Amino acid sequence: MTEAIDLLRDPWSLEFMRRALLAAMVVSAVAAVIGSFVILKGMAFIGDALPHASFGGVAVAFVLGANLYLGGAIAAVLTAILIGFVSRRGLIKYDTAIGILFVGAFAAGILIISRQNNYTPDLFSFVFGNVLGVSWNDVWTTAALSAVILLLVLLFYKEILFVAYDPSMAAASGLPVAAIQYGLLALIGVTTVIGLQTVGIVLVVALLVTPAATAQLLTRRLPPMMAVGALVGVLSSLVGLYIAYYADVAASAAIVLTATGFFALAFLFAPGRGLLWQRRFAPAERA
Amino acid sequence: MASGNPALPPPSLALEAQDVWAGYNGSLALEAQDVWAGYNGYPALEGVTFNIETGCLGGLVGPNGSGKSTLLRVILGLHRPWRGEIRLFGSTERPRRRLGYTPQSEQVDWSFPVTVLDVVLMGRYGRLGLVRRPTKADREIAMGALESVRLADLAARRIGELSGGQQRRALVARALAQEADLLLLDEPLAGLDATSQHDLLALFEGLRQKGKTLIVATHDLSCVAADFDHAILLNRRVVAFGRPKEVFTEELLNATFERHLLLVRLGDRTYVGHD
Repeated sequence: MTEAIDLLRDPWSLEFMRRALLAAMVVSAVAAVIGSFVILKGMAFIGDALPHASFGGVAVAFVLGANLYLGGAIAAVLTAILIGFVSRRGLIKYDTAIGILFVGAFAAGILIISRQNNYTPDLFSFVFGNVLGVSWNDVWTTAALSAVILLLVLLFYKEILFVAYDPSMAAASGLPVAAIQYGLLALIGVTTVIGLQTVGIVLVVALLVTPAATAQLLTRRLPPMMAVGALVGVLSSLVGLYIAYYADVAASAAIVLTATGFFALAFLFAPGRGLLWQRRFAPAERA
Repeated sequence: MASGNPALPPPSLALEAQDVWAGYNGSLALEAQDVWAGYNGYPALEGVTFNIETGCLGGLVGPNGSGKSTLLRVILGLHRPWRGEIRLFGSTERPRRRLGYTPQSEQVDWSFPVTVLDVVLMGRYGRLGLVRRPTKADREIAMGALESVRLADLAARRIGELSGGQQRRALVARALAQEADLLLLDEPLAGLDATSQHDLLALFEGLRQKGKTLIVATHDLSCVAADFDHAILLNRRVVAFGRPKEVFTEELLNATFERHLLLVRLGDRTYVGHD
């Protein structure tokens, strides 16, 4: 018994593990809240695009010797706004605008970095994430930004919900629809940048999409969906870090795969909606 | 398209006194004057001119692509006309609170995780202003709107779980929660069975009795012929505008729909089908 408790407590005797857990939990919780809007609006692609686009800003910041996350955040938010601007003209589709702009910004990052001789591990941590290497400074920055994002969602919940659900009616009611859509894009941009640190460019979309999608299968209204999504994100961080510690595998991948596992469970067993539930009860209903 | 079955319109809705509008107080709810509008240089509306009196049930009739939705969007102020003028209640200002709108059913995301009450409460959001939360009073108004469309017992249901007819009524309830005086309804009758259409038409009639003005975009010519005060035949331009029994002639309908339609007149009623 004490052995089991020791197994559970052991990883957290290390300070870098405690920092990693805190950072991962905060990021995955806020990503699930923002991610709820992302999946409901069918914007998963943008969750993939913005982290990639942020790489352009990271590269510029790297060359200038500035804060890499600040550079990434600026690039992500700028790209988000540009995507909104280009697609609002109505000449090309939303996902086309995303495809053009994020690859452009990502390529700009590669171009800039290719002129540098000294690739540092720093830069690679952006691609694959380095949650075990976060400093207390990183943790507090992440927590502060997450608090701001959650506060904005809380304050403007009504507006974001209305615009997400029915933009034309929202506009007819006099809501500043364009401003709210741009604001949501900017929030997604900032969320992806704080997620970079934990899981990196390639995997950050999973934090936005997977816990929120899991929660969608288990809930019926948006506020519980956000809460359950945050819980799934937090649990994925915890379980993922245990797996990383004991199996000695990459923490970012372990966190993401744990979330994928939770989604698979919900997909199979969600009450009323899961695959097995439907298998079991659907024939009886049809008869 | 237009239903050809003369048995469909329910007799209970036959309006003996079609010449009296319950809510009519002599003023105009809407005046459209030479409205031109379109997209990317292609016109969708060409010189649209008509009036709708307050307390009147107006049918906006035309084939797909005739500009019905564009006209509603121009009236709402969501689409800027190239030229021309819309006056609502005598003013060129958009009285947003007095303007209710229900979009086409296909434009609504029915899978969104919101309850029926959540959707109806959105009717209050425009009044609330930024950041402020709906109050108990707003909830009561929303529940009242649900009661008037007979959906109060389904308030906690997820909107996607309702039947097609119930969903349309929920959207009308949202416009009612807005306490709008002019309701613009885009294809509320489309795809509904006869009973649901009947429910919705009875609801429209009740709203008109209360002095609301309704403009209903629809394909259903028989409903307009039977129950509406006004018909606007639209095919980018206004082909005709007036009482249904005056404008529903074969010549005008064929000009509107660019195909041959069959008119059957039974007493005071007109039924439209196609051959």
